[in-house]
Amino acid sequence: MLSIKNLTVNVNDKQILKGINLEIKAGEIHAIMGPNGSGKSTLSHVLSGKGGYTVTGGSATYQGKDLLEMAPEIRAREGVFLAFQYPVEIPGVSNIYLLKAALNSIRKHHGQPEVDAMDFLTLVKEKVRLLEMDEKFLYRAVNEGFSGGEKKRNEILQMAILEPKLCIMDETDSGLDIDALKIVSEGVNSLRSPERSFVMVTHYQRLLDYIKPDFVHVLAHGQIVKSGGAELALELEEKGYSWVEEAVA
Amino acid sequence: MNTATASRYTAEYQTIASVLPGQNLPWLQTLRSEALEQFSAQGFPSPREEEWRYTNVSGIEKKLFSPSVDLTTIDINADWLKAYRLEDAWVLVLVNGHFSAELSVLEGLPEAVTVMGMAEALAKQPDTVEKYLGKGADQSEHSFIAFNTAWFTDGLFVHVPAKLVLDRPIQLLHIVTGSDAMATTRNIVIADALAEAKVIETFISRDGVYAANLSGTDAALGQDSAYLTAAVTEVFVGKNADVTLYKLQSESEKAYHFGGCYVKQARDARFTHHNFAFGGLLARSDIHVDLDHASECELNGLYLGIKRQHLDNHTRINHLKPHAISRELYKGVLDDRARGVFQGRVIVSEDAQKTDSQMNNRNLLLSDDAEADTKPQLEIYADDVKCAHGVTVGQLDEKSIFYLQSRCVDEETARNMLTFAFANEMVDKVKIKSLHDKVLEQVLVRFPQQGVNKEWL
Repeated sequence: MLSIKNLTVNVNDKQILKGINLEIKAGEIHAIMGPNGSGKSTLSHVLSGKGGYTVTGGSATYQGKDLLEMAPEIRAREGVFLAFQYPVEIPGVSNIYLLKAALNSIRKHHGQPEVDAMDFLTLVKEKVRLLEMDEKFLYRAVNEGFSGGEKKRNEILQMAILEPKLCIMDETDSGLDIDALKIVSEGVNSLRSPERSFVMVTHYQRLLDYIKPDFVHVLAHGQIVKSGGAELALELEEKGYSWVEEAVA
Repeated sequence: MNTATASRYTAEYQTIASVLPGQNLPWLQTLRSEALEQFSAQGFPSPREEEWRYTNVSGIEKKLFSPSVDLTTIDINADWLKAYRLEDAWVLVLVNGHFSAELSVLEGLPEAVTVMGMAEALAKQPDTVEKYLGKGADQSEHSFIAFNTAWFTDGLFVHVPAKLVLDRPIQLLHIVTGSDAMATTRNIVIADALAEAKVIETFISRDGVYAANLSGTDAALGQDSAYLTAAVTEVFVGKNADVTLYKLQSESEKAYHFGGCYVKQARDARFTHHNFAFGGLLARSDIHVDLDHASECELNGLYLGIKRQHLDNHTRINHLKPHAISRELYKGVLDDRARGVFQGRVIVSEDAQKTDSQMNNRNLLLSDDAEADTKPQLEIYADDVKCAHGVTVGQLDEKSIFYLQSRCVDEETARNMLTFAFANEMVDKVKIKSLHDKVLEQVLVRFPQQGVNKEWL
């Protein structure tokens, strides 16, 4: 699915990622954990194509294609989805408009006709129910005036409708209370499939209680310093990040 | 003695003076001659005046537009007119400043309501007109008002009696044809106590690219013509009455437009104004409102400038008495070399305790050469008031663009969507469906719409 090799990235001439290597196969869930400033968000932004980052070396290959060469919208149409840590408010653009625009862009990209209006509405309403959202959200402006939990739920709604192949989740648990965390996690779990992979970027182990990863990687000072199974997250929770950071130093 | 006047227009006045309405009304003749005298002395406003500092109207003086006297030769295509005429409204059509009974639709008006051309009103109800004309607009404000008083040929006269609620809007459709024409109109809208009315002022050119686009005729035939529109509207909102005024300004790309709206609100009265400034090479709007005890006003505006358009919006809200509420939101989208001006002034007099006022102006610049001049002013002489104002001038938010891109939308479409969304907030405030759709159509015709799917809006 995704193969990252020796990826180095600068922000304003300062090296943030210092040689990342990561292999993600279809159906796997990888958690990337690390303290603040370790480069977690940089990694998810670079993979989704956000501007302001300079790739100085290495590669990221997604389904056999050079991911870093693609414009952000092409990555999205090819099936890469970034769930934002801070979803952006877009006043004046309704949720349902964006969903329709996005879904049809994907269909067009794959040479398929536009989605039938009735089928679309049925699909959207089904997903809305799944995420225990109010249908009124569909007709409100994207994320405008939403609470933190509502914004995160809205990200998962988009994910459920767009059916991406690679989901990059950037600090999805931040700002969520325990009820919202459960709903969001159930949403994610319902999307797990042998064809879909997840990269969960998170500071805390809490989210991993609900979404069990296959692999956990610890990012520190721009490098993956330790990799392991789900049990590594628990060890980190107990001992803190200084334990692995010291091990590197 | 030096007899030179400040304006070439004064010398031309005698050619039309004899055909202006109200010849037999001494009060009006006096008013007109005073106005002419004032205008002759001052000429058109100059950028040296503080209230005109961003707007130079000297082009009007250079061009010397002429008022039209004879309407018989003017051809207005009825099909074309449909693109602008609201089907669910009473429509009063003015062609080059003269009422056209043939094009107007006034059937079914309640008997108690007066809706007629100003010339007709001066003939039939001169005493009523005398009570209001010039009482809303202060001639000493600036010389455009004086110019209008001296030159006006016709206009709209609306009088809604007490307690009557008009169930359909009244549309005043201004059409200008040909080049070098001039349309000077004076309108009066009176809503007595507890009455309700909605009035829509639409300004269009018969000739022009957008007119051709919208009517489905060949766009190549559209020839933008230079002309002058100078309209003054005086609005009197009685006790507890409610008036909404919409202005859809879609003049030709070379036109000069001055439109002033001067409002007097009685106690507990409500007034809402929606100002859509889309057309004209140089267009200036004045909206001045006087608020009495516990009255409310809401002023909304959207100006869309492209090419070399200059769009000036000048608002003034006078809180004269306690407990009044004012809300104002003006948004501007400026592309190419366009320039938008917002001068908003809120004056809270000593007597106006418990005033609640909010003023906002937001500008979106789409090109490096576009310019927004914004000047919000708060003058507060009372000590127990709640007043806020805010201004922004900026570009599209890069974070929003990336968010849309990450949701499969290409960058160009994302920019168009965000630009449209910014403007659409003001369009959505229009609750009359037919008008909403026409305003939306005008927005879309002026802005890049690649990727913006109208059917989904």
